[in-house]
Amino acid sequence: MSAVQDPAAPIAIPTQPDQAAIARRERLRFLRRSPTFVIGCVLVGMWVICAIFGNAIAPKNPEFPDVLNKLVAPSADHLFGTDRLGRDVLSRVIVGARAVLVIAPLATLLGTLLGTTIGLVTGYFRGFVDEVIMRIVDAVLAIPIIIIALLAVVALGPSRVTLILVIGLVFTPIIAKTVRAAVLGEARLEYVQAARLRNERAPYVLFGEILPNVMGPVVVEFTVRLGYAIFTVATLSFLGFGADPSIPDWGQDISQHYQFISGGVWWPVLFPALAIATLIVGINLIADAIAQSFER
Amino acid sequence: MGRFLLKRLGLASITLFLLTIIVFFGAQVLPGNVGRRILGPFADQAAVDNLNHQLGTDQPLLTQYWNWISDFFRGDLGDSLAYHVPVSTLIGNALEHSLKLAAFAFVLVVPLAIFGGVVAALKRDRPTDRVITLTGLSLTVVPEFVTGIMLILIFGLWLGLFPVSADAPDGSSILTQLKYLFLPALTLVILLFGYIARITRAGTIESLDADYTRTAFLKGLPRRMVIRRHVLRNSLLPTIAVVATQTGYLLGGLVVIETLFNYPGMGRLIFTAATQKDFPLLESAVLIVGIVFLVTTLLADVAYSLLNPRIRYAAAE
Amino acid sequence: MTDPAIELKDLEVVYRVRGTDRSVLRGVSLSIQPGESFGLVGESGCGKTTAAFAIMRYLPRNGRVMDGSITVNGQDLLAMGGAEVRRLRATTLSMVYQDPAAALNPSIRIGPQVAEAYELMGVDRGAASERAREILAKVQISDPPRVMRRYPHQLSGGMQQRVVIAMALAKDPTLLILDEPTTGLDATVEAEVLDLVQALRQEFGTSVLFISHNLAVIAKMCERVGVLYAGRVVEEGPADQVFQDPRHPYTVGLLRCIPRGGVRKDEMALDTIPGFLPRLGAEIPGCVFEPRCGLAEEICGTEEPPLYPLGNGRASRCYFHERAHLLPRNAPAQIATARQGNGSPLLKIDNAAKTFRQDGQDVRALVDVSLDIKPGEVLGLVGESGSGKTTFARVLLGLTAPDPGSELELEGKPLAPKVEKRPEEQIRALQVVFQNPDGALNRRFSVRRILGRALTKLRGLRGTARDERTRELASAVRFDESLLAVRPAQLSGGLKQRVAIARAFAGDPRVVLCDEPTSALDVSVQAAILNLLAELQVGEGVTYLFISHDLGVVRYISDRIAVLYLGRVMELGDAETVFGPPHHPYTEALLSAVPTLEGTERARIRLEGEIPSASDPPSGCVFHTRCPRKWGAICEQEEPPLKEVEPGHFMRCHIPLEELRRLQETPPPASAYSKTTS
Repeated sequence: MSAVQDPAAPIAIPTQPDQAAIARRERLRFLRRSPTFVIGCVLVGMWVICAIFGNAIAPKNPEFPDVLNKLVAPSADHLFGTDRLGRDVLSRVIVGARAVLVIAPLATLLGTLLGTTIGLVTGYFRGFVDEVIMRIVDAVLAIPIIIIALLAVVALGPSRVTLILVIGLVFTPIIAKTVRAAVLGEARLEYVQAARLRNERAPYVLFGEILPNVMGPVVVEFTVRLGYAIFTVATLSFLGFGADPSIPDWGQDISQHYQFISGGVWWPVLFPALAIATLIVGINLIADAIAQSFER
Repeated sequence: MGRFLLKRLGLASITLFLLTIIVFFGAQVLPGNVGRRILGPFADQAAVDNLNHQLGTDQPLLTQYWNWISDFFRGDLGDSLAYHVPVSTLIGNALEHSLKLAAFAFVLVVPLAIFGGVVAALKRDRPTDRVITLTGLSLTVVPEFVTGIMLILIFGLWLGLFPVSADAPDGSSILTQLKYLFLPALTLVILLFGYIARITRAGTIESLDADYTRTAFLKGLPRRMVIRRHVLRNSLLPTIAVVATQTGYLLGGLVVIETLFNYPGMGRLIFTAATQKDFPLLESAVLIVGIVFLVTTLLADVAYSLLNPRIRYAAAE
Repeated sequence: MTDPAIELKDLEVVYRVRGTDRSVLRGVSLSIQPGESFGLVGESGCGKTTAAFAIMRYLPRNGRVMDGSITVNGQDLLAMGGAEVRRLRATTLSMVYQDPAAALNPSIRIGPQVAEAYELMGVDRGAASERAREILAKVQISDPPRVMRRYPHQLSGGMQQRVVIAMALAKDPTLLILDEPTTGLDATVEAEVLDLVQALRQEFGTSVLFISHNLAVIAKMCERVGVLYAGRVVEEGPADQVFQDPRHPYTVGLLRCIPRGGVRKDEMALDTIPGFLPRLGAEIPGCVFEPRCGLAEEICGTEEPPLYPLGNGRASRCYFHERAHLLPRNAPAQIATARQGNGSPLLKIDNAAKTFRQDGQDVRALVDVSLDIKPGEVLGLVGESGSGKTTFARVLLGLTAPDPGSELELEGKPLAPKVEKRPEEQIRALQVVFQNPDGALNRRFSVRRILGRALTKLRGLRGTARDERTRELASAVRFDESLLAVRPAQLSGGLKQRVAIARAFAGDPRVVLCDEPTSALDVSVQAAILNLLAELQVGEGVTYLFISHDLGVVRYISDRIAVLYLGRVMELGDAETVFGPPHHPYTEALLSAVPTLEGTERARIRLEGEIPSASDPPSGCVFHTRCPRKWGAICEQEEPPLKEVEPGHFMRCHIPLEELRRLQETPPPASAYSKTTS
């Protein structure tokens, strides 16, 4: 087509600076200045370092049973005391970070990938498939997560893969529901119809056009679910369904020692409990700050 | 209205059907050879076959499902493998205990959390709000066994204020029973407070920002009247509905709390059944928990629509 | 001389955004006499609503009055404490704003909600309810007791706005602020609400501050008017004088942007205003309009002009107010026009129907629509909400499948009901420009990517060929090449719409559906977009189906016009035929509902009641329930067919054409106006 040139036509001048870039920069600045985000990062960062370099940092061998010094109260030699087998509690707390920090992120990733895909498909196509999947989602959500996980772990036997699969699959419907809600809002916008009107295939519309616009909720959902994944992993190992009973594990250490509380032995329980609490609170502080940065 | 109820009921039944399938799948399909899972890898093949025959798990899956589900709704839940008593007796007993604990916790947490949420919303973005929101968030996300143990250490061991076991001796007065129940209930309260407060806060803020609230202010109504008549009226109803759907969350927490405080409710029953691989007990108990959840959600949903004029009339017209 | 009801003096308001104060009002002064109706007019972002909320002392949390004063009945509003402000809101000041559905509390019945205002004055509950009934009757709600028992969502938009007005008038206020009170309402409903406000104003003797972007509405409603631009009143005076003989270049430019007085695209291109509104809080040393003004000289950029009194209550903030009318045109007046095409229809629609199933009821959104669209013509589609115009567009595009039996043909070949089933040439041939460019452009993509993708999919272009074509497209819609890299959020509404138009033209379409393409835009931007669309149509030889609720716009751009009501074509013909008598009675009512800037109001026809629901349309002629010209029993019993009453002019009415012509020469019966509830 021919461009009719018209010297008097309005000249396009960008009056607004780059809003998208500004929004991104503002979000990062908001996060850097948010005390919740910074505290969360410090807490989580500490445990991530422990999970990676645990054996190098730990003052003692976490597996070594010092049979002469069982259940010794915290002292200069054992800062967090020793457990019922005489193992150093501090070292076990440090090394124990790995048990949750491998399974939980992988499970969350699995759940987020599946959940996002299902949420995109159901929110975009609606109709019968959507109805069916949403009913299944409702049915899964009717049973508390920990109970489903328990049922599945008992049925399959606990192992790392089982835990990742089970937690990932249990999170899938929850994430799918959140993503679906966001997609329903997007699918109404005309850019989606514009894509259909230039012969785009559904997968491109879903992953090329809509997905970039719902990344905000997906990121927030991922961080929140990561907190719950750690929650679930720790709870399962507390209940005796940990992935690997032979390695140091906070939940398992607590469950093996809480019977000693009435005898006044609190250290092998308190320190792993604080470890779990700080890690999970840290992740949720990050999640909260990220969610707020998107809301602003 | 009738049509609306019918629709809700229909949806709930579909969900219930899917729920039974999921539970069946988890307890009778996923384990593969159920008898082998129970007896372990070194058991005698004949014993395994025998157990499978006894459980009916040697039959085709469809028959198994039909037998289980028809028996279940007839009230015959089978016998527990571990206790050798009817599952229904065990569950009935445990359910009563759990409901007592849950009710106590709810009575404590709902008013407290709604109050906290409303205060946070009214003081939005000020220090009061941040303190309530962040404390609530931090308490909510920590696993129950961690908070439970903290409470036991603080109130049981160091302060000696409350018993660390939840089950009061038989024949105790209500007050004594409540005293025994206090720590487990408090654990639940901590678990739920942040969540409910958060929903309340969000609902209240949405209502505060609405045009109709502006209309009320511009009418010249005093702030307190605007909040009471216009803001809370619209924000609390959905909050209460959401709260009601949170019973499921609470039921999940019971598994750990009852185990920790040695309290004979549904949670501990499910836990015991799981550790003992008592599949008949496990599968019925889990299904019951799901049904309790579905029923409360349905009731909350219906109550909400009865109270909300928009839905009520949309359904009626 | 009495005190003015309200007086603003040098009012400066700032919003604190990201730590810096941004000026929104830059020294606004105005005063409204008791009983006077003052209009504040301006485009979006000029500070109209901020002024209103400043008067109500209800600025957003980040807003602050920096300087100046607001005096109400001689009292200094800004010096008042909280209790005094509340008393003033309860007795003296009232405000009504856009979107009545949101302004009413959804969970309180109408009765108590209205009565609340009286209870606040200390009236006891029973008496308050009685007085609520009286005020509802005053806003012409026919069955107040019944309405009082209802919840807001059970009322139609027009009815809701009456209730809001009733609440505002309950206290018999000194000043009533109306902020875009009819924006978003249908034309026929808007006309009723405006009439009501006029009547009540006289009855109550209330001063009115009427805020609107719509100049014609202001002209109809107000005695005096202030033109607001970038937070400054640039011109004020009696409404008729300001609009007939504007003395500020901005007012001059604004008025030239509006298609009015029956002007058509082949007669004259609309004028436009170059450039953009200054950014919120920008430092402006001189005249706020200087960067966009064709008359500006050096002094305009350095020194702010004073407000020159022009006598007769008029004033203009322009050094060159005496030659404001000499403002040079920004867009050339002449545009090439195409001869309206003939020959076989390009698009043939036969018996198109669409029934939605909603809550167990059939909603017939589109009923038996048959239309031929000829190559190279612009067919305008006019209708109020619920008329089915958007459904029609979606059916044509293949986004919504029509009912079986509907036949759509493009260039003689049938169109599949779903776009996914249509061959590539058909998809390419039929493109669309949506109303809201914010939603129509993917906000995560750059303009280059948005246009490039369309070129790849529709033309199979890649690499440098695509880049080159992208630049050509951009220049065809006057979109600066240097902006191709940015995302839509960085662009103004007009620029975004240019991108959307460029995308529609990427595949060399035969037909472009324009679905309210200028409704979300300010008038000065609208003019530029209309010019662009007109020019592209000629240059590219495309056909438009142009959907709009704005009669001025449709008349300007269309060759032929179809009027839709409840999913049916009521009238169809050449633009001038439809706009000139004899009309279909609905068209006649629609035309008389729209206020005009000339102030020459047509014979007033006000429609009874609300638009019926498409799920339960009236028997016989669907318009008979509101028709001011209803003929007899046949109208209630038999649905008239769409018949050709004169060559090329179709009408769906039982009344013979000659009878309509005769009827419409005389004013309609006065009794045609009565009140009904929804």
